[in-house]
Amino acid sequence: MTEEIETTEPPAMKTEIHSTGGDGRISDRVKISAEHVSAYFGKTQAVKDVSLNIPEHAVVAIIGPSGCGKSTFLRSINRMHELIPDSRLTGKIALDGEDVYKMDAVLLRKKIGMVFQKANPFPTMSIYDNVAAGLRMGGMHDRKKISEIVERSLQQAALWSEVKDLLYKSGASLSGGQQQRLCIARALAVNPEVLLMDEPASALDPISTAKVEDLIYELKKTYTIAIVTHNMQQAARVSDYTAFFYMGELIEYDETRKIFTMPSKKQTEDYVTGRFG
Amino acid sequence: MSDSRFWLRKYFSIAMFTLCGLSVVIAFIPLILIFYRTIAFGASALDWNFFTKLPTPVGETGGGLANAIVGTLILVGLGCCLSLPVGVMAGIYLSEYGQNWFGNTVRFLTDVLNGVPSIVTGVVAYTLVVLPMKHFSAYAGGVALGILMIPTITRTTEEILKTVPHTLREAALALGIPQWKTSLQIVLRTAIGGVVTGIMLAIARAAGETAPLLFTALNNRFWHTSLGQPIASLTVFIYNYSVSPFEDWIAQAWAGALVLMILILLLSIAVRFATRSSLSER
Repeated sequence: MTEEIETTEPPAMKTEIHSTGGDGRISDRVKISAEHVSAYFGKTQAVKDVSLNIPEHAVVAIIGPSGCGKSTFLRSINRMHELIPDSRLTGKIALDGEDVYKMDAVLLRKKIGMVFQKANPFPTMSIYDNVAAGLRMGGMHDRKKISEIVERSLQQAALWSEVKDLLYKSGASLSGGQQQRLCIARALAVNPEVLLMDEPASALDPISTAKVEDLIYELKKTYTIAIVTHNMQQAARVSDYTAFFYMGELIEYDETRKIFTMPSKKQTEDYVTGRFG
Repeated sequence: MSDSRFWLRKYFSIAMFTLCGLSVVIAFIPLILIFYRTIAFGASALDWNFFTKLPTPVGETGGGLANAIVGTLILVGLGCCLSLPVGVMAGIYLSEYGQNWFGNTVRFLTDVLNGVPSIVTGVVAYTLVVLPMKHFSAYAGGVALGILMIPTITRTTEEILKTVPHTLREAALALGIPQWKTSLQIVLRTAIGGVVTGIMLAIARAAGETAPLLFTALNNRFWHTSLGQPIASLTVFIYNYSVSPFEDWIAQAWAGALVLMILILLLSIAVRFATRSSLSER
């Protein structure tokens, strides 16, 4: 590693915070820091030397055209990338200053939850069991505590009122939007510190999308969130910071308002104004 | 022009559909014939004695194959004790961890083992169990059937587990669920119906085997008193009786075949019922 580490720092906190983003609770503590991260599939390099910091209680949107490495970068953070055969990663990713690649992957993934593009509830489990799965398989057996957490998580995911009478039905019986919120509840149940969302609303209709976005806005009070999205309006609506990826490189990372109103790079401007991508 | 093409396509479609239907019928004919013959010839020799009495000497009526029915169940049970844990776990290994040279080698050898004639499996069990024990036994028969069942169970388990979407594994791992729990409680649980079907196939095949039992479990005209002794089985009785010149024995062979078929059918239904999903879909 070279001496000069050029990390794209989050811009210094200003008194005024992005109107759609925060409620002033973004701390200036760095939750996740990536330094010179490169990710490979075999010989293909999907992420090229990316460095960025994610502050605690912030929502960071990662945008960019398809195949730009944004999902791969997200999946490197909770070490899902390494599950793909022939994959490789260089550089350093730290959670609260601790190198995630030196931590136990199972413990790490308890701290960094993930929501996937396509809702993937466990098909053989009921709604209740889906949410309880992470707890039970993490070794919790106190039934009362589990049912409290299940209810709380479903409430946090804004799903409780819709499913409270069908908790013992199959998770697969819900609509697409409900399934995605079930997956969010499932991720929240294990009480992570960070939530990674890989295009969580791309398969949802506008109403469900709005619900998920409202949810993100609520969740940032407790969690640090990184969200990959194809939808630039969504990035503008939900995030405090936006990272623009192109061809595996991090082109620009700044306050969301800046990225969408006065980006400093030509490529960013072209992308957010819809000239390409 | 386009009109004639339309009709051409229509007729072609009808022709293909008919061919497919015809193939189904052709495939069913032997099955129906076997069922018909077995029921027609076997049912007449079936009575209560068949299920409760021991075989009788030639000419003496009123005997049954109770010991052979129990023997077949015991032999298949012993085979399951060996093949279920080994086969299912090997299948999990191949599907979840076996993407390497070792996995490929195991996969290849399993396919080879699947193609080995069952009488060879009998010879193996003879060498492994009968020779050291110096006598034929139920254990030897169980080992022979177990070895026979392992490759079927391994490969079907692997293939079924592979159909579980990768996204489910990712969802589980991303929750901080350890890999082994993901394999057992998410992947295996999702695919358990298919795994059970594979096991049932293996059981059905093993229950119908005669060759590997001929010089392992041998046969027994009486009740066995321990599993270390030769034991009766329906298939060996069917074999012995059907080549005999005595009419009542031949009739009993048909009845034995019918009972074997019904046993496997009942077992399949029972297992299906026991492993069905308890969740209502809608």
